[in-house]
Amino acid sequence: MVTPPSRPGRLGEVKTEVATPTASAVFAPRSRSGVALRVTPVDEVGLEARAKTFTTRSIKTSSKRAAIDLAVSCIDLTTLEGMDTPGKVAALCRKAVRPDPSNPAVPSVAAVCVYPQLVPVAVTHTNGTGVHVASVAGAFPSGQSSLAVRIADIEQAVADGADEIDIVISRGAFLAGDYNYVFNEIEAQKVACGPAHLKVILETGELGSYDQIRKASMLAMAAGADFIKTSTGKVAHNSSMPVALCMAEAIRDYAEQTGEIVGLKVAGGIRTAKQAWHYLVLIAETLGTQWLTPDLFRIGASSLLNDLLLQVQKLDTGRYSGPNYVSVD
Amino acid sequence: MNERLDVQKTYKLFIGGAFPRSESGRTFAVHAPDGSLIANVASASRKDLRDAVVAARSAQTGWAARTAYNRGQILYRVAEVMEGRRTQFVEELCRCGVKAATAELEVDRAIDRWVWYAGWCDKFHHIAGTVNSVAGPYFNFTTPEPTGVVGILAPEKPGLLGLVSRLAPALVSGNTAVVLTGEASPLTAVSMAEVVATSDVPGGVVNILTGATHELLPWLLGHRDVNAVDLTGAPDLEASVVAEAADNVKRLIRGEPDDQSPYVIADFCEMKTVWHPIGR
Amino acid sequence: MADAIEPAGVKFNLEYAPALESTSIVKIDAEYGLFIGGKFVEPKSGETFATVSPSTEETLARISSASAADVDRAVKAARKAQTEIWGPMSGRDRAKYLFRIARQLQERAREFAVLETIDGGKPIRESRDVDVPLAAAHFFYHAGWADKLEYAFPDRRIAPKGVVGQIIPWNFPLLMLAWKVAPALATGNTVVLKPAETTSLTALLFAQLLQDIDLPPGVVNIVTGAGATGSALVEHKDVDKLAFTGSTSVGKQIQRSAAARGVPLTLELGGKAAHIVFEDAALDQAVEGVINGIYFNQGHVCCAGSRLLVQESIAESFVDRLKNRLATVRVGNPLDKNTDVGAINSAEQLGRITELVAAGVAEGAELYQPECSLPDRGYWFRPTIFTNVQQSHRIAREEIFGPVLSVLTFRTPEEAVAKANDTQYGLSAGIWTEKGSKILWMANELDAGVVWANTFNQFDAASPFGGYKESGFGREGGLQGLAPYVSLSSPKRGSR
Repeated sequence: MVTPPSRPGRLGEVKTEVATPTASAVFAPRSRSGVALRVTPVDEVGLEARAKTFTTRSIKTSSKRAAIDLAVSCIDLTTLEGMDTPGKVAALCRKAVRPDPSNPAVPSVAAVCVYPQLVPVAVTHTNGTGVHVASVAGAFPSGQSSLAVRIADIEQAVADGADEIDIVISRGAFLAGDYNYVFNEIEAQKVACGPAHLKVILETGELGSYDQIRKASMLAMAAGADFIKTSTGKVAHNSSMPVALCMAEAIRDYAEQTGEIVGLKVAGGIRTAKQAWHYLVLIAETLGTQWLTPDLFRIGASSLLNDLLLQVQKLDTGRYSGPNYVSVD
Repeated sequence: MNERLDVQKTYKLFIGGAFPRSESGRTFAVHAPDGSLIANVASASRKDLRDAVVAARSAQTGWAARTAYNRGQILYRVAEVMEGRRTQFVEELCRCGVKAATAELEVDRAIDRWVWYAGWCDKFHHIAGTVNSVAGPYFNFTTPEPTGVVGILAPEKPGLLGLVSRLAPALVSGNTAVVLTGEASPLTAVSMAEVVATSDVPGGVVNILTGATHELLPWLLGHRDVNAVDLTGAPDLEASVVAEAADNVKRLIRGEPDDQSPYVIADFCEMKTVWHPIGR
Repeated sequence: MADAIEPAGVKFNLEYAPALESTSIVKIDAEYGLFIGGKFVEPKSGETFATVSPSTEETLARISSASAADVDRAVKAARKAQTEIWGPMSGRDRAKYLFRIARQLQERAREFAVLETIDGGKPIRESRDVDVPLAAAHFFYHAGWADKLEYAFPDRRIAPKGVVGQIIPWNFPLLMLAWKVAPALATGNTVVLKPAETTSLTALLFAQLLQDIDLPPGVVNIVTGAGATGSALVEHKDVDKLAFTGSTSVGKQIQRSAAARGVPLTLELGGKAAHIVFEDAALDQAVEGVINGIYFNQGHVCCAGSRLLVQESIAESFVDRLKNRLATVRVGNPLDKNTDVGAINSAEQLGRITELVAAGVAEGAELYQPECSLPDRGYWFRPTIFTNVQQSHRIAREEIFGPVLSVLTFRTPEEAVAKANDTQYGLSAGIWTEKGSKILWMANELDAGVVWANTFNQFDAASPFGGYKESGFGREGGLQGLAPYVSLSSPKRGSR
């Protein structure tokens, strides 16, 4: 079992070992470099009103193609089903590398995202393509296994070749106020990732309020997340514009306070090109266009890719198209 | 028979809780219907008016900050003390020529009016205030607040009841008042001041100036630190005088001399609307 | 990496397209008469004036200038309609007319929005999402009151004032018309309304709408013109009540006239609202609130949050946030759906803003304006932030009525209140803190008719609006907004 390194607790108390959750509702995290972090309160109504304004922006036609390419290149093309098979994953990988076989101008997606069991398959089919293999490890989607089991899961996925790991936070401990516990867990899992990038899923639909989302964002970033991610896609409320805005503002604050740059991944329910544009506008106006790269922005999705491809066909041919003109996966 | 010689009262102004003579030294004579002299009553000058406004302003925040329950008890206390002096008020009205039965009725109604308004202090918000159902996720309410320092021109008739009918509703919400009672009913006006002075009403909350209204009114209407003027008791006014109120966008109130209503309380109020989002 | 296809260009530049709202829905006549007694009539004066689009400086139409004789004609039409038709009409039927107006405004919302933007220069996003829907809502709300007045004023005898003279400003032309006309009609009054001379077109389109819904002639009369027309209406001897929205200086002139004659009056005048941000606020939403508070409608808003009072502990970082946010605010063609800040309403207003901003610079305040290109023609002003502003500066005391924010700091809640209240105005105020008890304490202490806590510039037909101190008196909207349009008296009964 990996124990988190012992160092002055950035959340106050020093803990060398993750044990039973105990509530310690004082939330005063420090960044990796020891900066005390300020967490700004969030007003729900104002946040949602602002998030809505991004959906009324209209993107220039000449920028539209670039926006589509960007959105494609930021996708974590995902399949997370009990019925996933090597065949399904192979097909997904092919689609990820070459989304539109008839149009080589369409870029590859950023990564494929699969369960740990299927990582070797994905690695085989993306090898040498530049498409990353992401795996949801650590008792996804509930996280309700012992930390030791979750760490073993991560280590196995990384050993199998995953270079990005998506984990969930322990919502139970977070909601119980045991921020030390959540912090130390993330930190331990970050260690387990080794060279692989860590995306920390907050599962915002289970946190109850934007204040909690903002707080969890800061906690995850301080504990070592390379990306913070909205949702698993497995609960009723997934990513939404206000949730993404709330997290983007936390990322901006974290960067201002610490100089450390963290990425954002939105996931769940993003199915149309229009939705993807809304997110791009949100990122551009909140974090700046420098965040609009696959290194710092990802969209976890499956059906979104085909909608983007249909938009490309519309731009190229001037005709509206239909699902028969793109491959199912 | 050894008849006792009267102790005659000096009728003075009521400013900041004290009873000064007019700084001008002026008085006006009040006569009984038979022509005999009743009293020389202080005749306020514009400097007295200025002092009264200063006193009213400095008392306003504190008076408004008291709980409504406390203001209600103090106004009720006014009625209690007035009840104890009921005979005196009746006698003063009679000396100025009001018939006994009429005088008794007027005094009773004046006392009862204090009681009536005392009870409104912690209730008129229910009537004048609202919770507003706006089309969005906001809690929105409107609440009456005192307008500040108000000038009141007491109606000439009914002298006592008119004064109480305009003064009491102004005090309910937390205004302080500078009352010009003119020269018509100075005896009861000064006695009213004495009742106020002995009823736990903080000094400066009520200021009563007897004397020539037409002389004081332009200064009152033009005073920038007076928020509202009640013209219910005003004589026919010269247009140019009333126009002075525009200098500080003064609220001008016109009502009925013998009205008793929560709407009169609201006439002396500002309406403040507060918005707040409803969210998690 | 052999097979990978990288997106072109490392840095992505997200450009917004001009998304122009089509103007084909709007038909503007070459010339407009006065709307009197249900008809468009030639002005007796024979005079007309041009109305121009502030975003292009093009002349849109010629508008009639109503003389005193024309105003008299309108008042007579209103009097006749009040005594013969509208006054005696049942509340239920008055309600139905108002409901018709509301529905028509909803159905023709796009037309009104586009015309408002062409004529006044405000962004289509605002006329479409704020002005027109709120105007319709105002009629719908007041329609429901028309047959329920006895519940609004229990224990009182209720009578309409009679003929009401109303003068409205150019910043929210149709919305201000709705705020004035709806409560007046609901309570049984008839109206003579003077729109602002630079923004008459939506009022005249509204007049056409009234013809379409068969509103009885004379119930609403619209007399266009400049100050002289307004004076004629104010001075008219047969007007029973006046209502004015506009500048404090004109408001005072009107009060002088009305007070002298004992004519009841409501005034909704200027403001210099304090927008107070505490260190414990939801800062990102506070930034939005402050931006919306001062740049909404180019700052042509009487309740604009033109004085930012920010707690000293966060002043620097908060101003940085504001500047960052300002970089994403788009200034330009108001018909573009991406536009956040449109054109200044008139050359005259642009001059006033320019003059006060120059005064701010001269007094030593520090000026910040974001880089942004402005159209060649039309009246434009860059969104502006002044820092290092002192309480005694003109830009901290005078209403600028433009997109100019003055930033001041405070240390304690008491100081915030003292600075906020240190003005002759008292229309609105904003508070940003996550501490509930502090909000309620501040809301109590602030001399303002509208207090927005953790939000700003929200309006609703059910929510009374109006000022303290020299920002005016009387309320518009809500139950309290009905009172200025009725005469209340004590019911006849025995002594109590």
